Amino acid sequence: MTARWIRWVVGVLCVAVLVGAIYFPILRRRLQLAAKLQQQTAEQARRELTQAVPVNPGEPRVKARLFWGSGNSDGLLVDSTVELPLLSDPVLRSKQVLNTLLAGPVDAELRTLPPDAVLLAFYLLPNGTAIADFSEALATATPSGIQSEQLAVDSITRTLEANVPGVQRLKILIHGQEVETLAGHLDLTGTFLVNTKGVQVAPAVAAPVPAPASPPNADKPAALGTEKPAPAAAPATKPGSSLGGRALTPEKGPGKLTQPERKR
Amino acid sequence: MADRFGMLLDVGNIARMIRRARGWNSFRMGAFFFLQVFGAAALSFSSQAPSQTAPASPVAQSAVPLTPPQTAPPAVPRAGLNIVVLDPAHGGTDPGARGTGGIRESEIVLDFAAQVRRALEAQGFQVLQTRQGNENPSFDDRSAIANAQSGAVFVTLHIASTGLSGTARVYVNSDLPVTTDVGGLISWDRAQTPFQGLSRKLGDQVQALLAQRFKGSPSTAQTAAVRQLRTTAAPAIAVEISSVVVENRTDLDRMAPGVADAIATGVAAFRPSYVVPTTGSTP
Repeated sequence: MTARWIRWVVGVLCVAVLVGAIYFPILRRRLQLAAKLQQQTAEQARRELTQAVPVNPGEPRVKARLFWGSGNSDGLLVDSTVELPLLSDPVLRSKQVLNTLLAGPVDAELRTLPPDAVLLAFYLLPNGTAIADFSEALATATPSGIQSEQLAVDSITRTLEANVPGVQRLKILIHGQEVETLAGHLDLTGTFLVNTKGVQVAPAVAAPVPAPASPPNADKPAALGTEKPAPAAAPATKPGSSLGGRALTPEKGPGKLTQPERKR
Repeated sequence: MADRFGMLLDVGNIARMIRRARGWNSFRMGAFFFLQVFGAAALSFSSQAPSQTAPASPVAQSAVPLTPPQTAPPAVPRAGLNIVVLDPAHGGTDPGARGTGGIRESEIVLDFAAQVRRALEAQGFQVLQTRQGNENPSFDDRSAIANAQSGAVFVTLHIASTGLSGTARVYVNSDLPVTTDVGGLISWDRAQTPFQGLSRKLGDQVQALLAQRFKGSPSTAQTAAVRQLRTTAAPAIAVEISSVVVENRTDLDRMAPGVADAIATGVAAFRPSYVVPTTGSTP
């Protein structure tokens, strides 16, 4: 091998080292970025997916009434007006207002729902029963207590009532499952009354119900495997409620996995 | 679990033997057969295991409470209100609300219950507690203790995470529509339904007394969908005190005598109003 070839080989090697010195830091940055993306939790990914409510920028902005806490530790709610490009579709509209409610007010003290809670899904059945599926943070991060849990649920129901006329009752699921309580106190096995307008009041003792146009279980989520139809009843509210005389009313839920025992 | 894992290992060994002896198709058939047999065995094992330790059904509980902290006497039919079932909420692995200073709801309500019990006994009531130590009976087990009695009211005690410190609120269950089946029976999970009017009356009595003692408390009982109350076939109220957020536990302990006196006096004042509802009453 001549001296000329040696020079060529050394030259090529030097160029390769130079290219490597430039390329390796770039490669390392790319690997770090990829590792960071992998660390993103499934919950975060779901949040990105579920919050993607298509919003048409041309949609007229309307004043939405959102219910957050009064900030006086008195368990009362105060409505705030927020301008939003609300859609006419009741499901998308519900998602919009609930996501805004979850995002919270400017003053974090007025929050009624945990900042980590996410609305995973929202369905509206033909009979006016809405099903809102929240992430586990709603159950684990809501302060435990009758007052605080009631406040959380009521902020949701009252916000829906004020902005989505079609919703009459609300069933709350946690991560797709029916749970017994929100955070140890408030009953989530039933539905909460949202809007009394258009809801038929059941007689004191259930009378024979005329055959519905659809099968009895058609209005229930299939995942729950229900046995009984939810009674379409709106009990009268009683005075003295912490919610300004407006009582939340658990009715027989859209479904329970097991039929409860009957007392004899 | 270890047994079941061992069973799976056995299945693997047998499967390998079959595979060597008869080829792939035979292996698939053999594996399918063994998985069917051992899978069924494992399933039957897992379905039997919980039943050995799980509490009895609510109805069975009402007849024979599992391990009530206090021996519940047999339900002797006596006229009027004589028994108060006190329920210190949470317990065991469920501490309830927790304050930044390490205050646990489950511990405080137990101490409150002791004082409420003394005040009620001074009024001539027989008191049963759903728990006396750090246990956590289920909602149904707690209700079952009251449901097995005749002439009883149910009071569940809670400490809140929120609310004005030094205030106390009484909650009664949200209105449940009265629905019965063909036989006129009300399902177990709506046992509170026929007692809602009485619960409201009892709640208002106790709340009025609490409002006198603790400034800032509401004057009438609140309405909420409290899970514990729904399955209770008796006049039932939840008393919630604010809150675990207090800096010092003594702030809460100072409230105990007033809460105990208000509950005892309120239940005593409610006594003449107590009548067993005709619809859905426990036979």
